[in-house]
Amino acid sequence: MVAVAIAETDRPTAVGASLNVEGVSHAFDIDGAALPVLNDVSFNVRPGEFVALLGPSGCGKSTLLRLVAGLEPPRSGALFEDGRPIKGPFPSRVVVFQDPTLFPWRTVWKNVALGLEAQGVLKSQRPRVDAALDLVGLSAFRNAYPHQLSGGMAQRVALARALVNNPRILILDEPLGKLDSLTRISMQAEIAALWQRSGFTTLMVTHDVEEAVFMANRVIVFSDRPALIKANMTVDRPFPRHRGDPKLAELRSNILGLLGLDANW
Amino acid sequence: MSTYSTGSKTPALARSAGDKAAAASHSLSFPISVAKNASGALAGLAWTGFGLSCLLWQDLGDWSRTHDMAIASFVFAGGILTATLFGRFGGGLQSRAPWLLAFGLFLTIWEIATAKFAWLPLPFFPPPQAIVEVYTDDWPKLLASTVASVKLQLVGYALGAAIGFLTGVLIGWSRAVGYWVHPALRFIGPLPATAWLPFALFMFPSSWSASTFLIALATGFPVTVLTWSGVASVSNAYYDVARTLGAKPSFLVLKVAIPAALPHVFVGLFMGLGSSFAVLVVAEMMGVKAGLGWYLQWAQGWAAYANMYAALIVMSLLCSGAITLLFRTRDRLLVWQKGVVKW
Repeated sequence: MVAVAIAETDRPTAVGASLNVEGVSHAFDIDGAALPVLNDVSFNVRPGEFVALLGPSGCGKSTLLRLVAGLEPPRSGALFEDGRPIKGPFPSRVVVFQDPTLFPWRTVWKNVALGLEAQGVLKSQRPRVDAALDLVGLSAFRNAYPHQLSGGMAQRVALARALVNNPRILILDEPLGKLDSLTRISMQAEIAALWQRSGFTTLMVTHDVEEAVFMANRVIVFSDRPALIKANMTVDRPFPRHRGDPKLAELRSNILGLLGLDANW
Repeated sequence: MSTYSTGSKTPALARSAGDKAAAASHSLSFPISVAKNASGALAGLAWTGFGLSCLLWQDLGDWSRTHDMAIASFVFAGGILTATLFGRFGGGLQSRAPWLLAFGLFLTIWEIATAKFAWLPLPFFPPPQAIVEVYTDDWPKLLASTVASVKLQLVGYALGAAIGFLTGVLIGWSRAVGYWVHPALRFIGPLPATAWLPFALFMFPSSWSASTFLIALATGFPVTVLTWSGVASVSNAYYDVARTLGAKPSFLVLKVAIPAALPHVFVGLFMGLGSSFAVLVVAEMMGVKAGLGWYLQWAQGWAAYANMYAALIVMSLLCSGAITLLFRTRDRLLVWQKGVVKW
């Protein structure tokens, strides 16, 4: 009995949550006119799944992520984390943005500690910060300031800053969009491996079709603004994946076709 | 055979090229070191010249410190020369040698042009020994004035900076506070603080509290405006990041808005310091019966121009010291910023 109880509490808390997006529509006010960006979008993400959102630039994918993060409420519809409605930001859903947006006045260590400090638990949980820095391989840079880091290193710090909170849903908004292609390729594999190990649910917006099929369990393709779901495809290949996998290549050309870019392939 | 000969030639060539380079660097570094030593030696000579210029001719006026000053300048010149000769010219002193030289020359010319030949009209241009005499003979009054000025400036500036900072954060953060305070700020702020002098003198119980108020006002306006603009210009992305990590509003203000706005705040503190100096002097000249501004006024009333110059020098050292202190503080707090204004 006791042993079972211990096993229960010892289980990692970073187990993925489910996410339900139900009939969500959203619009922006631009010069008094409402510009619709999301139109009745519904989909479900199972706990621990990695879902990539693909779509033309400016179609409202990033807006959808802001709604999932709870940074804005939707105009209509609702979002649920593990069946509970999302009403505001909460550290169980952490976002990594396209820009690392590290706080320039804080050292790397203090940037990673940000979440724990904001939640008032930093004093008792300092080793978690060190562990998160270890995880992204930047322990040697703990006392560096953000302006001393390369783009890839800064984004790794941003990733550590998210992961230190043991998120149940990790929200990635084009996290590798501004990195050079070599860094990007190595970080794609790193993030996929981290996700495999930790078991959190991941929702990632990207413009890169290859990145989406390489990393995700499922790819949701959006139409142009206002965004509608055009396709919902399962990427049924085991991890670790190989970039030369012909199945992935096939899937990629299918998706490019859906986005109207098949003429180039 | 041919391969062998080329093989032996190349290192020889390389060696001779290396020798030439070494010789070139010698011939380059030699005049530089001579020039450095020379400017030290010349500085020593200039200060010797200053001492001699004090003794060679008779003073045109009645100054008691001419002889002491000459001795002091000989001692100083001796110090410079010994340090130069024995290579103890430390890095700091060495880089300042040209300045020492220029200053020694300036003092010599000044001495000759005033005390010895009166090329400059005398009461208005006192010689160096007259100013030295103020420091040696009138120091109690000068010191008391300096203490009074520093006290007034410190209290007024600290009050103004604190109130300005708080107001700026409040306006930048709260729309409601901004709605009420912003128009008042626009109406009152640009008014020079000295324009409030008559009002302040009858509103406050003492001229000291009135002056404190004016200095605080002069400091507070730029600090408020720049703190406010700093808080208002913080990128929303920072707030988004902090909010998703579980930050409460107090965290957003204290740990996001204020640190991000600090570079702006320091610009405001710097501008406030400048305008508060002006107010300090005016307030002391008009109302307060103490301080360096009052000393200036008093010296001018007695046509004691040497005292005036002596007070001006103290004042300039104090203002420059205050600004240096502010910049040092900023550099410590904002190490994360690169390439900011130097002082």
